[in-house]
Amino acid sequence: MPQTNATPDPAVSLERVTVAFGAGAARYVAVADADLAVGTSEFVAIVGPTGCGKSTLLNVVAGLLKPAGGSARVQGAEVSGVMAPCGYLFQQDALMPWKTARDNVAVALEPKGVARAEALARAQGWLAKVGLALFGDRYPHQLSGGQRKRVALAQMLIRDPQILLMDEPFGPLDAQTRALMGDLLLDLWSADRKAVLFVTHDLEEAIALADRVVVMSAGPAARIVAEHAIDLPRPREINEIRLDPKFHTIQRAIWNDLREEVLKTYQAQAGGAA
Amino acid sequence: MNRSTLLAWQVGVAVALLAIWHVGSSVPIFGFYFMPKFFFSTPADVLGRVWKMFVTGVVWRHLWITLTETALAFVIGSVAGAGIGFWFARKPKLAAIFDPFLKAANSLPRVVLAPIFMLWFGLGVWSKVALGVTLVFFIVFFNVYQGLRETSPVVLANARMLGMNDRQLMRHVYWPSTLTWVFSSLHASVGFALVGAVVGEYLGAAAGLGYLIHEAEGVFDVTGVFAGMIVLALFVIAIDWAVTSIENRLLVWRPQPHQQS
Ligand SMILES: Nc1ncnc2c1ncn2[C@@H]1O[C@H](COP(=O)(O)OP(=O)(O)O)[C@@H](O)[C@H]1O
Ligand SMILES: [Mg+2]
Repeated sequence: MPQTNATPDPAVSLERVTVAFGAGAARYVAVADADLAVGTSEFVAIVGPTGCGKSTLLNVVAGLLKPAGGSARVQGAEVSGVMAPCGYLFQQDALMPWKTARDNVAVALEPKGVARAEALARAQGWLAKVGLALFGDRYPHQLSGGQRKRVALAQMLIRDPQILLMDEPFGPLDAQTRALMGDLLLDLWSADRKAVLFVTHDLEEAIALADRVVVMSAGPAARIVAEHAIDLPRPREINEIRLDPKFHTIQRAIWNDLREEVLKTYQAQAGGAA
Repeated sequence: MNRSTLLAWQVGVAVALLAIWHVGSSVPIFGFYFMPKFFFSTPADVLGRVWKMFVTGVVWRHLWITLTETALAFVIGSVAGAGIGFWFARKPKLAAIFDPFLKAANSLPRVVLAPIFMLWFGLGVWSKVALGVTLVFFIVFFNVYQGLRETSPVVLANARMLGMNDRQLMRHVYWPSTLTWVFSSLHASVGFALVGAVVGEYLGAAAGLGYLIHEAEGVFDVTGVFAGMIVLALFVIAIDWAVTSIENRLLVWRPQPHQQS
């Protein structure tokens, strides 16, 4: 990445970003005036009530959705079209069901012009890193939910994106698997600390993983209402860090914000409707 | 019920039906045949005729003609249906314009077209192929069109995030999902290609299984009609088996390979 000035651009910066769906009377402003910056090797988690616009915000950063107002920048460049520096781990299953796990991972290298034989070899390496060395020939429907997420993780990481966007990636998994996936993610991330924007509705998960947790208010016109630095030591292990007394202090502080702001938004809505 | 019991029952039912047919047509009960030979023939005669058809080799030419017509109707109908279905799925405006015309064309009973096709394409193979194509085309078209419109937007968005250009999206997302929908209508479209061929032959031809049956009917040769039907049934079973094995091979990635639309 060529740098033109002394202070490096943040990986992601959102300034007064507003997103609306529909038009006319059906117009729904999902996100209004959201401000957010993510440093080049910072792990930021977004928490907020379901339906507040977390996925919407990630889609703006990824270039899948055009904001109605404000500015979204990735590595200093205005977002336009699909952003090459970003890798995206979707909330839903996004693997190609007609390709085996290995092909799903290998195909991510095709746009980079990597020869197929080499792509397959590297895909096998990544499958091993996510603990699926022996599952390369399986089709997505032959894998468990957690295994599919691992394949998707490998598919995203093999391209070596500078910014990782993750949308409730471990949402549908059971508690044990979630903790394991969280540890795996931290392990992979600590190797070369990319910028991460991690969406979750699980406050504990957010605190355990992130350097900073930002809180979104409930929609419509959701915005970012609070930020909390998480100064827990690294390396962390999910099930260990949860027992740290500091963890609970932080959790209580964020939860206060979350509850209070959600309530405020709710009252504003009720007032506006009256 | 395990496999051998099931098979035993199935054989039992077949034997019982054949026995009823045999007794009804060849054993007088109180001096009365309740399934007269003239209308029902006899199982022995019919099986004998089938045997003779294969031994003398007369049937092969007809089978070959019907198979050719079926295959041509299937291939042409599928390629056209998949191509246009694909095109319309990517061009919603075009689809909206042509929607009523397609629905109208599809609601037409295709048999009424057979005489016109004979006028246009003659009594040979091509009029039957045309009839089959009108049947196959719509099945594949609607399947592919609907299927592609339901292509998971998440899979597509993910592929775009991986940096795929239009050509790569085509190759890795659109094309496989089109094929999937073509294959998921495979049984139905092969079946309709065969219906088109046989009905076309039945209505006017010089060869083919439909022609054989029609000829026999023309001279009240009930044995010939039943023999033709049995050959046709065997032919359909053989084709269906072939389709199933192709399908199983092509759709390995699917949770239920036998799932039909
Ligand atoms: N394509 C769309 N059309 C209309 N409304 C949408 C669309 N996508 C999302 N929304 C609305 O925007 C809000 C935020 O959605 P989303 O970002 O998916 O929330 P979440 O925080 O759960 O990820 C929701 O109220 C949702 O109904
Ligand atoms: Mg969401």
